[in-house]
Amino acid sequence: MIWTAILIDGVVYAAWLFIVALGLTLVFGVMKILNVAHGAFYAIGAYAAASLIGVWFAGDRPLVGGYVLLVVASLAVGLVMGTLLERGVLRLVYGRDEVVAALATYAVFLILEDFILLVWGTDPYFAGEPATALGADDWFGLAVSNYDLLLVAVAAVVGLLLWLGLNRTRTGKLLLAVIHDREMSAAFGIDVTLMFTMTFVLGAFLGALGGALTAPKISVAPGIGVEVIVLAFAVVVIGGMGSIPGAVVGALIVGLARAAAVLLLPSVELFVVYAVMTLVLAFRPYGLFARAQARRI
Amino acid sequence: MDRTILGLLAILAAFLAGSLLLPSWAVSLATVALAKALVILGLLVLLRAGLVPFGQALFFALGAYGAGMALREAGSGDVVAGLFAGTAAAASAAVLLGFLMARYREIFFAMLSLAFSMLLYGLLVKNAALGGTDGFNVPAPTFLGWAPSPATARRVLLAVAAALAIGCHAAIHVYLRSTMGRLATAIRDNEIRVEYLGASVQRAIHVKFAIAGTLAGMGGVLTAFSAGHIDPGMSYWTASGEFVFVTVMGGAGSVLAPIAGSFLFEIVRTYAVEYAPQAWQAVVGAVLLVIILVLPGGLWSLFQRRRGTQPP
Amino acid sequence: MTALLSAAGLNKSFGAVVAARDVHVDVAAGETIGVIGANGAGKTTFVNMVTGYLKPTSGTIRFAGEDVTRLPPRAIVRRGIGRSFQIPQVFGTMTAVENVLVALGVADARGLSPWRPFARPDVVGHARATLERFGIAAHGDSEARLLPQGVRKLLDVAIATVRRPRLLLLDEPTSGISAEEKFAVMETLMQALRAGQVTVLFVEHDMQIVGRYAGRVIAFYDGTVIADGPPDRVLDDADVRRHVIGEAHGRARP
Repeated sequence: MIWTAILIDGVVYAAWLFIVALGLTLVFGVMKILNVAHGAFYAIGAYAAASLIGVWFAGDRPLVGGYVLLVVASLAVGLVMGTLLERGVLRLVYGRDEVVAALATYAVFLILEDFILLVWGTDPYFAGEPATALGADDWFGLAVSNYDLLLVAVAAVVGLLLWLGLNRTRTGKLLLAVIHDREMSAAFGIDVTLMFTMTFVLGAFLGALGGALTAPKISVAPGIGVEVIVLAFAVVVIGGMGSIPGAVVGALIVGLARAAAVLLLPSVELFVVYAVMTLVLAFRPYGLFARAQARRI
Repeated sequence: MDRTILGLLAILAAFLAGSLLLPSWAVSLATVALAKALVILGLLVLLRAGLVPFGQALFFALGAYGAGMALREAGSGDVVAGLFAGTAAAASAAVLLGFLMARYREIFFAMLSLAFSMLLYGLLVKNAALGGTDGFNVPAPTFLGWAPSPATARRVLLAVAAALAIGCHAAIHVYLRSTMGRLATAIRDNEIRVEYLGASVQRAIHVKFAIAGTLAGMGGVLTAFSAGHIDPGMSYWTASGEFVFVTVMGGAGSVLAPIAGSFLFEIVRTYAVEYAPQAWQAVVGAVLLVIILVLPGGLWSLFQRRRGTQPP
Repeated sequence: MTALLSAAGLNKSFGAVVAARDVHVDVAAGETIGVIGANGAGKTTFVNMVTGYLKPTSGTIRFAGEDVTRLPPRAIVRRGIGRSFQIPQVFGTMTAVENVLVALGVADARGLSPWRPFARPDVVGHARATLERFGIAAHGDSEARLLPQGVRKLLDVAIATVRRPRLLLLDEPTSGISAEEKFAVMETLMQALRAGQVTVLFVEHDMQIVGRYAGRVIAFYDGTVIADGPPDRVLDDADVRRHVIGEAHGRARP
């Protein structure tokens, strides 16, 4: 029984983490930038969704609109914030050290944290309707929220769409080429600049989507971005920075490990996540799905 | 005697005078600024070799908890004992973790360091005996059996912090000018050549990592005494981020940069929290962004004529 | 004659790619050896194996009678083998003098000091004298990354000689240098090295330089040694002409 619970909780948690980490790993893979501001995209996505849902359900409106709004909110956040950041800040640090680029996004993260406080204040927002409206069903003797199942389905669809987009479309294949070898791609005439902007907007959208989808399940309050970003780091590092299959596996490992800890030994809940991250880094520094690059002398 | 050492001596004299004359709020601010300057000094040693840990708060927290736990056990508030216990805890952890960390570079070094600091955070928040998320209080500082009034104790603590911090800065100044210290630049530039000159890059980085961890631990102990309180937030990634921020802000040009940077930061923070509590992070972020984009060498580079001509 | 360096039966493969097959090379003290071969023939792989950057898949390398096959580069360097690189490996943000100072500091018999100043006047003098020997003293205070390629190449060799190696391996000392400057650079190099009585093995594409400076020539083809002997014999060897000189450097022999 408890193992079923671990499995279900773990997969739900993994689905959420996967959506968030996917954007992070995509941006790292293509641009070699570890985007700390991803946590802020997540938080803004959650706040935007919570606000819109609050307005929507204040009147007697159809439920389905709420779900549409979740996606609309993340799309808007991704487009606006993603474009703004990539055009305004990141292009100034291209070619600089990876750590410097990460620091620049950390600076942006700090600014956005206060921007969130300025816009939404310090009081928590609740937007539970899309989640509570679906109720819960009995699975293997456990009450499982249908919204959680929806979340898993969405994660699977997002993952599948991205996979298809990368492997079955021309743009996607070009993007894979850029991930594989940036200089070579540029030499072959791929518009790397455009690829960067597209990737970053897509990454920001995924971050915001992760936040928007979570909004109905939590109280949206200051600090949610700070928490999620380290967890997403852990997922990405475990899977291999820049690897999409790695994000799936990383999210599942972290999700299951955390669910197991919560249900079996709650005192190690957070510890266990970072223990896995440390072990993977210690034995496979490049993660489970990425490889080292040799240096020519 | 060289100008940096003279500068440090002048700063020490100013602090010793300040410990007698400053208003009490400024005494706390100065103590915390000096404590954090020690952490940043350690990061400077690593930054010179091109290494930026995203989890240096690990050692900061280990210092604080090491001192706090030892003193709680002994039922004492002795600053000297606390300094020994906390610094020893951080130093041994740094030496131990250094065996692994010295094999990592760039973003992997940053991430592994982050993972270690979050491991400690994960342990601390769930440890009821250590107060969980709330942490616990540190007794009022005493000095080798002398227990002055709390107000006086804070002033003495500042003097102790000043002596210790300035001493460490002077020592690191000498270290950075030495062959071993200058090897950092060589490592940052070209590890392969360093190995082919016959030196072990890993060992050099291990030593630097141990130095940085020890200094961070010392800073943690002093912060714990000054704040009178310890909590797991000391190990959280945002604390590490702040240390890296101040280090980059000051730059790696001189050992005076950590002191200047740390002070500037504490003063700006104090005023910003007072007058613009909702915008102060944004101010910090904007400053960091401008420095990264405009002054890659940090604020200190404003005082330098050109790289390579700095007085040895 | 006991060989200073003795490489026996070296093999190296990267997956399916074989970079070295059954390489045998003996070097006696005092020799000056030119190593030739087309790109990918295994010259640099050989140098990398001798200096510990690559571990051979099989075979042994003995230096002055001691097995050094599995040692890391720094241990091999400490035993008296130095090397330079095809792409000069210098410390870009440090000045030329500082580059030599690092080498001197690392070579210091008392060990790396955590307090003795890096730039003590006597050591700086020593560093400038080293640059002087290689004819680049005028560039002493320029940052290495800003130096012309030829100067960087010389600096690369100069810092490799600080430890007074008994054997020095130079990987294409004149590559990336204009045809007019090549001989001048090589001349400076060889004079400085002869003064220190170093045994030299250099990888070179320019057959005129090989003909002028090498006392013995080793030709590589397809990962192995196809000829080894006096320059005139090796350079006239039919296999060598076909596989080495003919392929890449027909123009080098008028």
